[in-house]
Amino acid sequence: MTVLADLGVFGDAIELLFHAQESRTGGAEIGGPGQFLELTGRHLLLTVTAILLASAVALPLGLALGHRRRGGFLAITVSNVGRAVPSLVLIALFVAFLGVGFTNVALALTLLAIPPILTNAYVGVTQVDPEVLDAARGQGLTERQVLRQVELPLALPLIFAGLRTSTVNVIATATIAPVAGYVTLGDPIISQAVYGDAGRLAAAIVVALLAIVAELSLGAAQRAATPAPLRARTRLVRRPRAPILLRKGTTP
Amino acid sequence: MIAAPLAQAGEGFVRDRSGDAGSCVARDGVCPDWIADNLDRYVDPLLRHVLLTVVALAIGFAIAFALGLLAHRRRWLVAPIVQVTGILYTIPSLALFFLLLPLTGRGFLTAEIALVSYTLLIIFRNVIAGLDGVPADAVDAARGMGLTDREVLWRVELPLAVPEIAAGLRIAATTTVGLASLAFFAGAGGLGDPLYADLNFKSNVLVAGGLCVLLAIVLDLAVLAGQRVLTPWTRVAR
Repeated sequence: MTVLADLGVFGDAIELLFHAQESRTGGAEIGGPGQFLELTGRHLLLTVTAILLASAVALPLGLALGHRRRGGFLAITVSNVGRAVPSLVLIALFVAFLGVGFTNVALALTLLAIPPILTNAYVGVTQVDPEVLDAARGQGLTERQVLRQVELPLALPLIFAGLRTSTVNVIATATIAPVAGYVTLGDPIISQAVYGDAGRLAAAIVVALLAIVAELSLGAAQRAATPAPLRARTRLVRRPRAPILLRKGTTP
Repeated sequence: MIAAPLAQAGEGFVRDRSGDAGSCVARDGVCPDWIADNLDRYVDPLLRHVLLTVVALAIGFAIAFALGLLAHRRRWLVAPIVQVTGILYTIPSLALFFLLLPLTGRGFLTAEIALVSYTLLIIFRNVIAGLDGVPADAVDAARGMGLTDREVLWRVELPLAVPEIAAGLRIAATTTVGLASLAFFAGAGGLGDPLYADLNFKSNVLVAGGLCVLLAIVLDLAVLAGQRVLTPWTRVAR
């Protein structure tokens, strides 16, 4: 404990994570592993709901558009518009026009999560080497089989990259969900009057760790999902630059 | 529970509710009259938002560009730089603001450190990708003409990498505009201030949010225009 005391407010924050204390305003008990686990659980529930909903919409659409090599404009526009609308603005629009609550926050976060998933699925499929597709069709695969057995596995690394971007983004944005009436790990950050500086810092540490763990574990999942021949090199996906051939005897 | 930080964050931006109870403003509606009368109150937050964004982009670009040039010749640096900037990019901005507060205090500096740290990965990755994408023939030709390494870099490789670098800068610009809308949590102002002060008032959300989106689009187009000026050959080719 002496070490924690030397860390100042950081020490207080870590102390609060492991031991519940009475709140500064009195009465309520705050902090401790129980409360932070519950907040983390709510944070994750919101995140998983938004990512599942977004995947259900964006993955089939991105794969279908990519397979037909059409709708590139749509995929790019969605991602550009998605980036231009800040997450706080999106949440604020939902609060002002649709009201507060779990469903509304989850829908706002779903909209936030769709663009990276959609764009990456689309790009992942379209960048598969045309010669690989020719070979697959030449072997008699139907269009559905081409999509499921050739394009989808080759697009998996990018699809996972999209899921990863969206998940980290949603975890970050779920921090402001309490302003829309759903309590998450953002509550100690936003309700500083109840939790104090230590509570706010403790929640910030947990949110940061959550995002980093999500990033790392989805990165591991991405490597695991990548077909073995693609792991070392992305040769089948991106064609190497043509070597410079020195043709002797031919005049330019 | 939410009332306390609202008052703190939105200081000086409280809507006048003195009108009659049935009025548009009292019903939290979309009120053109109110918007027209109060638009000037958003000018200062907007300018503050522009300042936050542009300073972060300039510093972020300078650092990431220098790192990119450094790692272009020393390839082993790419992986560690991507890992470190990747972790910075992963930490949610709101969390980073409050992790920095005990160290740097409330204000512009804290917000800028967080905003700059998000631009690094995006710009660095695109600088490296742009330089890698330069055709080997072009570099060979330049060397054959007797250009030194430095001349090859500045007169051949970098100009050819401009589109990719600009693409990174555009992503960084729109991302930073979005993150700067949270900078008021660190006491640095910006459009998030009025936005957050009155989340239930549709007019307020539309104006503050609309200005954010507009700013993102304007910056995006500005970088695109800069790219056009720097790459005249891409227009001549058509």
